[in-house]
Amino acid sequence: MHFFPVWHRNYLVWRKLAIPAILGNLADPLLYMLGLGYGLGQFLGDIGGVPYLNFLAAGTLAYSVMNSATFETLYSSFSRMHVQKTWDAILNTPLSLTDVLLGEWLWAASKSLLSGLAILAVIWALGLYADFALTLWLLPVIVLTGLCFSGLGLMVNSVAPNYDFFMYYFTLIITPMVLLSGVFYPPDALPGWLAAFAAALPLTHAIELARPLALGHVPSLAWLHGGVLLAYGSAGLAAGLHLTRRRLLR
Amino acid sequence: MTAPLVLTNLTKRYGATAVVDGVSLSIRAGQCHGLLGPNGAGKTTTLRLALGLIAADAGDIRLLGEPMPAGARRARARVGVVPQTDSLDPDFTVRENLLAYGRYFGLKPAEVEARVPDLLDFAGLAGKADATVPSLSGGMKRRLTLARALINDPDLVVLDEPTTGLDPQARHLVWQGLRRLTARGKTLLLTTHFMDEAERLCDVISIIDRGRIIAEGSPRALIAEHIEPQVVEIFGDTLADWRDCALDYCQRCERAGESLFCYTGDPRPVIAELDRQAGLRYLHRPANLEDVFLKLTGRDLRD
Repeated sequence: MHFFPVWHRNYLVWRKLAIPAILGNLADPLLYMLGLGYGLGQFLGDIGGVPYLNFLAAGTLAYSVMNSATFETLYSSFSRMHVQKTWDAILNTPLSLTDVLLGEWLWAASKSLLSGLAILAVIWALGLYADFALTLWLLPVIVLTGLCFSGLGLMVNSVAPNYDFFMYYFTLIITPMVLLSGVFYPPDALPGWLAAFAAALPLTHAIELARPLALGHVPSLAWLHGGVLLAYGSAGLAAGLHLTRRRLLR
Repeated sequence: MTAPLVLTNLTKRYGATAVVDGVSLSIRAGQCHGLLGPNGAGKTTTLRLALGLIAADAGDIRLLGEPMPAGARRARARVGVVPQTDSLDPDFTVRENLLAYGRYFGLKPAEVEARVPDLLDFAGLAGKADATVPSLSGGMKRRLTLARALINDPDLVVLDEPTTGLDPQARHLVWQGLRRLTARGKTLLLTTHFMDEAERLCDVISIIDRGRIIAEGSPRALIAEHIEPQVVEIFGDTLADWRDCALDYCQRCERAGESLFCYTGDPRPVIAELDRQAGLRYLHRPANLEDVFLKLTGRDLRD
């Protein structure tokens, strides 16, 4: 539990600005979901037997969790590591770099859990689900997705020379995932080679879990998808730990 | 009481360069020990090795009896660190900075809260508990960093260039604080490249250059051992013509740009001669640590 003071420090800072943070986190995905869902939904009609808005809800949930975890571990963690030297200060105490990164990882996942919960609350409020009991399974999906993208984010953070570097990650990794992983349409709409590429992306697996749960089915190959998310997340965390150690403690 | 820090034959290489090259050092409890050296001499690397933040290529480190870095968690629980760069939490107030730092040591919030008024008093920050960090001056930030380093009531306080970048008033306040710490029986290890700071604060100084300790002792002993007691600094238009006669009047001379440093036991002959030389000006002073430092590490720039 040595990581807890690190998590707690981030929580206390976040709490000072919690209201605008929550609103900011919620507004963007909500606008996408409602704007595209109601607007495009008019022209698209039903997708797989459900209104487009209902289809879009699970994708928005996963995408919102991904974004929240990514922004936290890129911009905020980078500020703490590189600009404010918060990590250096902590490393002079009994805590180790492993404690720091575990705290950061779990903190970013906690923050993205909150983003996911906010979208889930909207899904519940607007009745964009088929079976309430199944939507409860979205909670572990949100947690796994948050851990996945927090781990990957910490890896990117560990090699970043400055804030501008993060544009590469967004342009080359995050944006393709948003457009190819099935947020806006079923991934089988893609040509085979592109679908195969999309299948390797972690967000695809988060949506493969979230969408059936929102639409009232038990996801097929749930363990596989969960395993892929966990694998990406822990590999990212391990690489991030290794590279940050080389960066700060050599 | 065992020595708070013992380094034995410590070596750390980066590529082909040995940044720390066989350093052995033992710090006595209750003393203020200074590591004095030019930029890039290996001071900060030595501190980071001692704290177990980086691993040595060779040698042995005992920090408060613990082998480092294996016993880092236990040892660092009893050490306070004042780093070179500001690492205060800008999102927290002064009080919150101390509370958060206490949590990293596993201290209970109530315990830390009770200690806050004393620490703020010590740092000359009483009444600033609820101030935000960006509103503090540079000197206040450094004093808060010092207070933060005392949150765990450490046996050893490690300070990396504690007064770099501070104005004279702020430096004196920090010095006062450090003297009060030694008066309370704390052991201090500090790096500095300010000679006056080392001379004022330190019981023992290790002069470090190119990763090696090249001299060690009390400031007085170092001056007595390495340098003549009186210095006459000479400058002026006719210096070039006169320079060759200098050794007729003193024991040792050093050129530095447009001035000449004459080192001697008895300054009267050289001063009498200089008073006859209209084209020369001079400054007479007792020898200090800076003279020792420059003699031992040379006058070349280090960057």
